[in-house]
Amino acid sequence: MSDFLLEIGTEEIPHWMIPSALEQLRKLDLFGATPQVDATPRRLVVWASGVAERTAESEQVVKGPSLTAGDKAAEGFARKQGADVSALRKAGNYYELVKRVEGRAVRDILAEALPAAILGLQWPKTMYWTGGKTGPRFIRPIRWLVALLGDQVISFEIAGVKSGNVTRGHRQLGLPAIPVTTANYETELRKNGVILSSEERRKKIEAECIGLGAKIDPELRETLTFITEYPSAIRGDFHPAYLDLPAEVLTTVMRHHQKYFSVESAPGKLAPHFVAVLNTSEDPEGLVKHGNERVLKARFNDARFFWNVDQQKKLVDRVDDLAKVTFQAKLGSYKEKTDRVVALVQELGGDAHAQRAALLAKCDLTTDMVKEFTDLQGIVGGLYARAQGEPEAVAQAIYEHYKPLSMEDSIPASRNGQIVALADKLDTLRECFRIGMAPTGSKDPFALRRAAQGVVKILVDAKLDYPLDSLAQGELLAFLLERLQHYFREVRGFKYDEVNAVLKAGVTTLADVEARLEHVARVRPTPNFEPLAASFKRINNILKQANFESGVVNPVLLEAGPEKELFDAYAGLTASGPLESVAELRPLVDKYFDTIMVNAPDEKLRQNRLSMLSDMLRKFSTIADFSEIVTSGDQK
Amino acid sequence: MDTFQETIFKLKHYWSDRGAIIQEPYDVEVGAGTMCPETFLRVLGPKPYRVAYVQPSRRPADGRYGENPNRLYKHQQLQVILKPTPDDVIDQYLGSLEAIGIDLRKHDLKLEEDNWESPTLGAWGIGWQVMLDGMEVTQFTYFQQCGGFDLELVPAEITYGLERLVAFLQGVESVYDIQWTRDVKYAEVRLADEIQFSTYNFELANVDRLWRLLGEYEAECKELLAKYWDAPDKKRFPVLATYDQVLKCSHLFNLLDARGAISVTERVGVIKRVRDLAVGTAKIWVDSQQPEVTA
Repeated sequence: MSDFLLEIGTEEIPHWMIPSALEQLRKLDLFGATPQVDATPRRLVVWASGVAERTAESEQVVKGPSLTAGDKAAEGFARKQGADVSALRKAGNYYELVKRVEGRAVRDILAEALPAAILGLQWPKTMYWTGGKTGPRFIRPIRWLVALLGDQVISFEIAGVKSGNVTRGHRQLGLPAIPVTTANYETELRKNGVILSSEERRKKIEAECIGLGAKIDPELRETLTFITEYPSAIRGDFHPAYLDLPAEVLTTVMRHHQKYFSVESAPGKLAPHFVAVLNTSEDPEGLVKHGNERVLKARFNDARFFWNVDQQKKLVDRVDDLAKVTFQAKLGSYKEKTDRVVALVQELGGDAHAQRAALLAKCDLTTDMVKEFTDLQGIVGGLYARAQGEPEAVAQAIYEHYKPLSMEDSIPASRNGQIVALADKLDTLRECFRIGMAPTGSKDPFALRRAAQGVVKILVDAKLDYPLDSLAQGELLAFLLERLQHYFREVRGFKYDEVNAVLKAGVTTLADVEARLEHVARVRPTPNFEPLAASFKRINNILKQANFESGVVNPVLLEAGPEKELFDAYAGLTASGPLESVAELRPLVDKYFDTIMVNAPDEKLRQNRLSMLSDMLRKFSTIADFSEIVTSGDQK
Repeated sequence: MDTFQETIFKLKHYWSDRGAIIQEPYDVEVGAGTMCPETFLRVLGPKPYRVAYVQPSRRPADGRYGENPNRLYKHQQLQVILKPTPDDVIDQYLGSLEAIGIDLRKHDLKLEEDNWESPTLGAWGIGWQVMLDGMEVTQFTYFQQCGGFDLELVPAEITYGLERLVAFLQGVESVYDIQWTRDVKYAEVRLADEIQFSTYNFELANVDRLWRLLGEYEAECKELLAKYWDAPDKKRFPVLATYDQVLKCSHLFNLLDARGAISVTERVGVIKRVRDLAVGTAKIWVDSQQPEVTA
């Protein structure tokens, strides 16, 4: 048994792609040993202990010619396999040969397999760097390879790079060539300024940043973990005068542009400091701190400059400029979009403030601030509207009209914001569907799923009473229904059959759908519910088999006893009333099916029974179609 | 502390020592060093090439009348093309930073993903922005495609933003405070350009005439492109002059854009017009580079 080590040495891999590459490497076939993986931006590493040195001898059965093919065919087959004809044995109507396959050195097998395994890693975007277009493709150029099994090199070559036992240290902190063994690899890297363990880097970043007062942003911490080989944190300062700029702008500059953590003096209140994570061990002369402070100051100055310049032209004077901003090549400009959204907001009953917000919502796209800090679209518009004396309701609606940005994000807090956000997303969806740009498979370049999810979330959370089919029809309605199911199942945690049952009973407003779902979910665990659902399913089947559409119940024809009792019981219930009382029908339904023959020989009687069952089913199907509920008797 | 021009001398010298031809700036307006024929055409085809040059790059829409300390209508790039890419290209690049006085052991260096794409040139590449103490000092790109052609020898393109880099080295907060020489600051040399060209680009450029000029240069380019294929002696054919027409069109497009004269519906179309010229020129350049077949 031997230890295995593979290090793929590259130029800096984009941080966000590293975790999925490691997941793929974790599946490397190491003959029973379990691969362990880790990475820095410049190396993908796999190691394992207890890898067999040779594969075991084994047997392979080769199927030969048919018995009827004659001796000549059998001899030919044996000769081709390098065996004597006497070694053949009969299996059914065919000859077969049991071949002994000798064990092989695992080092040789890996030498053959590793190049394909390495080049077979899936990346979002690859490049070639040698040999033109026919050359190997990888995420970034491969510059060195360490491949060891025990104390021997597994020899192979990729893109002119031969595998060996020599690694490289940190660009500034380590040596450029370091011979290693499987045993000392990680310690040698550490001596040369590389912390291989991403978990250790993550913890180091977190501990040091917290120590310096940073507010930890997990996403940024992950980015920094995979952008550094030796992370260390420093704290820098900026002039408190910049705190006059909106916190949204300061935070965006720090976090998205400079990858700094912000520092708060109190919850929600920024302090004039930042925490930067370096890809080196220390900053003894303060040069790095000074450099970062200088860059941040320039960025803040830019932001201040943009703010001042942008105020020279009010949002309302920028509406016509939107004609020059493309919304989508085939769909024209943001001016045209704005006109549509204003009309839609009006149609949705938005008041004058909502309409004003819709008119100004996209104007910040023409400002220097948003051109520079695109993440701040909407937010900047809201801040500018406030600064320019627009009513607070207008400013707030603009500020929050891109919300919700994700399923986790909250919807706009104000009613105007909700209506403008709804109209904006709905317009994007309608227009894209109109020109046939519905998302397909994983392709969704205009983030229409997110837009649809936003529409659903706003309608539900804000309890807006627009019937869904008044907002969308056809393909788009189906798309929204699909997102609706996704939302209630994945985000809200309702069971899929409950969602199906409720949606099948019809979709009106989403607040109504939500209320019915909660209703069903509440009654679901009560003992009578599932058996009743099973009975409803049975009724459904009976009606289907009878090809029965609908009919009028003639009470006179009802038999006294279970049939009459059931009729009186359900007829006395309110259709949209509590499901608990519907569930209580169960004993009567059971008794009905125990004693009544629906398919009575008398056709008139049969028709009346079918009419009663369908009447009952329809009555309670306004809340949910119970036949969609999966009961213990089902196969699903 | 080195002056602006001393830093440029050192970088040129550094790349000269590594086998690069030192070219002077191209004399037609370009938006970036990439557009110079020394890059756009030379990266095509199978011939190895190494070149470095400073290129003043004009971006009319970026003009700020000299009021913004970090944003310029015309900034200077030091452009290096290494074709094919040497294996130690990043070490060579880091060496150039050391050569201009940056002790990398005392600084924070990160290579952050930044891919490059130019729809007007039919070109794209994979690479990074090089971050030094939180500041982007260089764009590093492995070209993959140019003028619509997949590249046979992948070149590395290293683009230093000189104003930004030197402002960092000199520790000044406005590019206008950079010492160009010991006695002369950047503002004395360049501020007038920024003010006057911002005024021209944003206020006075005659839109109708710019459109006409665009049409004229385009017509000239198309005519040349069409003539190439029937030309008896390809070696004499003015492929380089054809490419100049492309650059003129590209610059006129940028001017019209800064002037706010290109509507949304027109925009895509104009970009395509310029790209067709660029791709067409790349095609005749590649063809003209084929070794002659002797009978």
